[in-house]
Amino acid sequence: MSIEIKVPAMGESVTEATVARWFKKEGEAVKRDEPILELETDKVTVEVPAPADGAIESISVQAGSTVQVGTILGQIAEGKSGTVSTTPASSPQAAASKPAAPAPRPAPQAVAQPLTPSGAAPVMPSVRRIAEETGINPASVPGSGRDGRVLKGDMLGALEARSTVVKPAPVTLPSGPRANASREERVTMSRLRKTIALRLKESQNIAAQLTTFNEVDMSGVMKLRSEYKDSFEKKHGVRLGFMGFFVKACIAALKEIPNVNAEIEGDDIVYKNYYDIGIAVSTEKGLVVPVVRDADKLSLAGIEAAITDYGTRARDGKLKLEELQGGTFSITNGGVFGSLMSTPILNAPQSGILGMHKIQPRPMAIDGKVEIRPMMYLALSYDHRLVDGREAVTFLVRVKENIEDPERLLLDV
Amino acid sequence: MADSFDVVVIGGGPGGYNAAIRAGQLGLTSACIDKRGAFGGTCLNVGCIPSKALLHASHLYDEARTEFAKLGIKATVELDLPGMMAHKTKVVGELTRGVEFLLKKNKSEAIVGEGHIDAPGQVSVKLKDGSTRSITARNIVIASGSDIMTVPGVTVDEESIVSSTGALSLRQVPKRLLVVGGGYIGLELGSVWRRLGSEVTVVEFLDRITPGLDGEIGKNFQRILTRQGVKFQLSTKVVGVEKTSSGLSVTLEPAQGGAQTKLETDIVLVSIGRKAYTESLGLISVGVKLDGRGRVITDAHYKSSVPGIWAIGDVREGAMLAHKAEDEAVACIENIAGKSGHVNYDAIPAVVYTAPEVASVGKTEEELKAAGVAYKVGKFPFTANARAKTIAATDGFAKIIADAKTDRVLGAHILGANAGEMIAECALAIEFGAASEDIARTSHPHPTLSEAIRQASMGVEGWTMQM
Repeated sequence: MSIEIKVPAMGESVTEATVARWFKKEGEAVKRDEPILELETDKVTVEVPAPADGAIESISVQAGSTVQVGTILGQIAEGKSGTVSTTPASSPQAAASKPAAPAPRPAPQAVAQPLTPSGAAPVMPSVRRIAEETGINPASVPGSGRDGRVLKGDMLGALEARSTVVKPAPVTLPSGPRANASREERVTMSRLRKTIALRLKESQNIAAQLTTFNEVDMSGVMKLRSEYKDSFEKKHGVRLGFMGFFVKACIAALKEIPNVNAEIEGDDIVYKNYYDIGIAVSTEKGLVVPVVRDADKLSLAGIEAAITDYGTRARDGKLKLEELQGGTFSITNGGVFGSLMSTPILNAPQSGILGMHKIQPRPMAIDGKVEIRPMMYLALSYDHRLVDGREAVTFLVRVKENIEDPERLLLDV
Repeated sequence: MADSFDVVVIGGGPGGYNAAIRAGQLGLTSACIDKRGAFGGTCLNVGCIPSKALLHASHLYDEARTEFAKLGIKATVELDLPGMMAHKTKVVGELTRGVEFLLKKNKSEAIVGEGHIDAPGQVSVKLKDGSTRSITARNIVIASGSDIMTVPGVTVDEESIVSSTGALSLRQVPKRLLVVGGGYIGLELGSVWRRLGSEVTVVEFLDRITPGLDGEIGKNFQRILTRQGVKFQLSTKVVGVEKTSSGLSVTLEPAQGGAQTKLETDIVLVSIGRKAYTESLGLISVGVKLDGRGRVITDAHYKSSVPGIWAIGDVREGAMLAHKAEDEAVACIENIAGKSGHVNYDAIPAVVYTAPEVASVGKTEEELKAAGVAYKVGKFPFTANARAKTIAATDGFAKIIADAKTDRVLGAHILGANAGEMIAECALAIEFGAASEDIARTSHPHPTLSEAIRQASMGVEGWTMQM
């Protein structure tokens, strides 16, 4: 008897996904609940388990296709014995730890999708040609045609603008325009990358974003850490990092400046009386922001444990959708890559994001004398529609004070 | 019957009846007033439709006599003029009843009578039985169309001196026909009677026929018509027509003045153009402003100078074309309904239904030169088109004009068989801002005449393949 393999429900607000890859081939044996294919959604990858024991009878949707919840992906012949897979790479764990290889791509179709079923407007033939020859993505060119359609003239204009920008100094050798297509690689954006691109730009389009800076002397926290590192780890089974301090410092500041923990919804301001802190984690596939729920109710150890767990699972692509949703404030740490200063983009619809940076020993004037202190620049990007400059600056000063004198957190002052 | 409507349309032509239909579709109550008794206006009753019936029939007659032999067909044909006229009358009858059906289907009341605007929102209709019906209307759409223009000193009697109306109903084939005016109406009707046996002379005041058409197309068109036997006297004006014992004597004079000459003929067709029809509508008294040529002045939304009174079609500025009136009807009613209607005047095609046909959309080379726009041209002759060869219709060429920088199609001009059907593709291209390359890269079926358009489009960027 045949059983349909269907796209499962993937959580709120997720209705479609891309088939990332099939772990099984047609004819291959499967066990009930064994992962048989991987779906990429806007947020995470989801594995679809086999609904029954048997063999894959047919695969009706190939990798790269967009599917809706409920779409039939293929059939399983229940109870039938099939061939046994010989490719070890089909184990999802192995695949996740592999470097992200570009998915097999239908090469010339990268831009040319004249009959896309998903409702994307087909491009005009001349636009398609120019896109393929020059690598200019029509979606990035403002269209002057009906309903914003990109016309050949728009593409030629974009090409001209590009060539005027990168026009090389006159060379003595006569050289015509060079076709760059053969020297470039074109890869379809992953859904995660597309979502990141869309969300970040959306965030910039909607919020009135700006960034305020401060710097924090880390010597207090560093001293505390070196003093209690071992006993902390022994007792809680988790390393004592800086992130937990910053989460605590931010929550104390958020309680004082509630606007930074609020969001604008239509004509209303929604104040959140809970503190779900998003922690940006960089993975090979892109940025994800898992959320530490009710972080104000967690101990330092609880926060550190949650962050460590998220970090590991993010790198393995094992985060669940619901772990990425919501969040009232975010923290991103560019310091792990060596950044001294940056202006983070808000994680919409949140109104604030703290940027942490590299700890750098710098000469500071302390009581009229020069001392070398481990310093970190702090950045707070905020939505000026909701958060006033005074509030933003106060917030950041409060974070600074809480880090420089961790006792304040204990005493709640 | 209700006497109060959201929209009352005066005139039942392509502008008027389409306005009434669109109003019905958008849920507005409407009435369409027409005095002729048969809906469809000039187009359907004495214009586009009857002329096309005669053009087709006379073309077949002409082909049978002159072209069949070349294709290996021996035939003797005989003209049955009353039969041809009966075909025309039948077609017109069916289509006018079709319009009445469409009005009914869209719940628009068709009122036969003479409409008059008494005041804004107030229309009276003089009915056929002599009584008057008063109607109130939230919106009045003037779609009264146009009427023939006459030459000073020449009185149209619709017997021997005829307008286009009379020329559609001549009872016998005149031996000689003199056409005053080298526009599309004169050339179409001149073609009908030439094919049926008349000696046709076209007298035109300007130094070219079909003014407004692309110059190169016009010149080649004239050459083909001349080869078919039509005589042309350009830069010449008609100053008078006298009835003589043997027919008519027409007095001609060079356009710039000079010695007069006389020309003998049997029938004179006056087709020097049409003028907006606004008489007896009461426009002046309610304050509707007209321009110097008697046309209702409107804004881009078809509003006249009086709130609640709108105007579309021949009665306002622009080309006097049925489909232009139809486009304006849709846009005007959508504006009345609070939607956003607009007409792209750069994408309205025009067709001359002679053989070969002439069709154009967008700008001519002359217009672009005058505007100082840099352009490129691609051309392809039907002599190099396979389908044209097989149907022995190799006259003419297709011409695509595109912007020199952006390659956007600015104009398309076709002289050739079926040009009128093929121009729609070019109108769509212009409407959507296509480049010549877009047409060139769009598959066209082989073998068809439409391939000439593709090849001409390729020619814009110098890659015509089949020549």
